[in-house]
Amino acid sequence: MSNVKATVGRFEPRRTTRYTIGQVFRTIFLLATCVGIAALLVLLLDVLNEGATHLSWDFIRSYPSRFADRAGIWAALIGSIWVLSLTALFSFPLGIATAIWLEEYAPNSWLTRTIQMNIANLAAVPSIVYGILGLAVFVRWLEMGRSVLAGSLTLTLLILPVMIIAGQEAIRAVPTSIRLGSYALGATRWQTVRRQVLPMAMPGILTGTILALSRAVGETAPLIIIGALAFVPFVPDGPLDSFTVLPIQIFNWISRPQPEFHAIAAAGILVLLAVLLTFNLIAVLLRNRYSKKL
Amino acid sequence: MTAEPTLAPVSAPVIETQRLSVFYGATEAVKSVSIKVEPNQVVAFIGPSGCGKSTLLRCVNRMNDLVPGARIEGDVSFRGMNLYADGVDPIEVRRRIGMVFQKPNPFPKSIYENVAFGPRINGYRGDLEALVEKSLRHAALWEEVKDRLTVSALSLSGGQQQRLCIARALAIEPEVLLMDEPTSALDPIATQKIEELIYDLKQDYTILIVTHNMQQAARVSDETAFLYMGHLIEFGPTNQIFTNPAEERTEAYITGRFG
Ligand SMILES: Nc1ncnc2c1ncn2[C@@H]1O[C@H](COP(=O)(O)OP(=O)(O)OP(=O)(O)O)[C@@H](O)[C@H]1O
Ligand SMILES: [Mg+2]
Repeated sequence: MSNVKATVGRFEPRRTTRYTIGQVFRTIFLLATCVGIAALLVLLLDVLNEGATHLSWDFIRSYPSRFADRAGIWAALIGSIWVLSLTALFSFPLGIATAIWLEEYAPNSWLTRTIQMNIANLAAVPSIVYGILGLAVFVRWLEMGRSVLAGSLTLTLLILPVMIIAGQEAIRAVPTSIRLGSYALGATRWQTVRRQVLPMAMPGILTGTILALSRAVGETAPLIIIGALAFVPFVPDGPLDSFTVLPIQIFNWISRPQPEFHAIAAAGILVLLAVLLTFNLIAVLLRNRYSKKL
Repeated sequence: MTAEPTLAPVSAPVIETQRLSVFYGATEAVKSVSIKVEPNQVVAFIGPSGCGKSTLLRCVNRMNDLVPGARIEGDVSFRGMNLYADGVDPIEVRRRIGMVFQKPNPFPKSIYENVAFGPRINGYRGDLEALVEKSLRHAALWEEVKDRLTVSALSLSGGQQQRLCIARALAIEPEVLLMDEPTSALDPIATQKIEELIYDLKQDYTILIVTHNMQQAARVSDETAFLYMGHLIEFGPTNQIFTNPAEERTEAYITGRFG
């Protein structure tokens, strides 16, 4: 007992104060979370309220029209799916390969550090700048025209830095002890990367991919610059056809004076959200498949 | 390996270092160490923390190549072949000289896949299932895991994980086994199992083991090397080192007066 008393004398536990401070922060964090969720809910309800009644199979399957009640989103939906698929196809392998090189192969030289720093800088460049680059390089110089391909390549450039950085973080999170264990068994560098590092990093890489592609699907500015059209009464048949995407179509409707068009813009937003959700779902399913193997 | 050994006498040392020094940048972690390890011997490396035991061990299977800024001087040879000669492939060195780490580091895969990984990447052509079973039996783990080879290795206890890592190292049929404090994360029962295992493995392998546990060194090893601040202070038969050390510092260390 004397021990306990001595302790009380030298320490000043102030437990009530410490618990109170803990509670205060807990409440702050909870409130912060609520702000985000509430904003999202209001947005969703507002869009649902305005657009849900216009959402029909006809709306989805119809092409744009001067008359709001006949206008549909089919061209933009298919255009978005085209652009998103090609962007994923280009950016995923490029992003992973770059991340692997930077993390597993690159020597620790000033050149590597410079590249690294520039990738971080590129991630912060406004998207409209990528549009200008895409216009100059893909549309004009490589003569791709205002095509799906030019749009996808522009978006690939746009999201590549984010993909690379996310990939690097995921690869860096794989413990060194795993790599050493693999090397100690006589594995080559590629065998170690392929069989140990990549499987462990894959969930993280996929999360980064989801975020990057979600950004790509909502991009409007760079695609307007490279000349995605606002009025496309057809769907692209191939990567060299001209196209439009959901956000451009939505923007086009919103900027018209007639309120009927505002309502179908809301319906368009719902379609956009559905596309996003589908892509995320696919990525989450892929990620879970990988995580389960561990 | 390119340089095939010329017919070496049967009792040639399996591992030999000659005036081996290791530098990390400017610091010299191992200073001119010369030792000879005969076949089927267990050699214990003891010494205070930071004296260079792990560094020395890592030179023997060229794992130090992976440490940025590490550089060696002097020679390390394996059955008469200089391991650092031009044209020696570290991949082949590591297949023939296996390693077990201080902290168990199983791959986040099934128990079976952990053991099968080494043979697979080295192009093993025989019966893989039989080899996995043999390795697990050899590491005294088979009875505990034979019914759940497909579950994740991470679900094993620490001691089981370490034995799995030993099984994994044995599966590529090395000739030498390097063990860096293999029992430092384990309870006494798991430790005892691994010590018994080392005793059995001696029939087929030459073993270099780092340990901070004096009783362990005395129990499992035939020879003991005492390192201090990068220098090899004393190297000789274990019972001599522990009962009648030649050096004052060795005695001080093993009796616990410093370190
Ligand atoms: N990767 C590294 N880079 C730079 N210095 C290192 C590195 N690894 C070890 N050292 C240094 O080399 C010396 C020897 O380290 P080593 O790990 O071989 O000691 P040890 O005897 O194994 O110690 P412990 O018993 O604590 O494991 C230490 O001074 C350490 O700081
Ligand atoms: Mg050590």
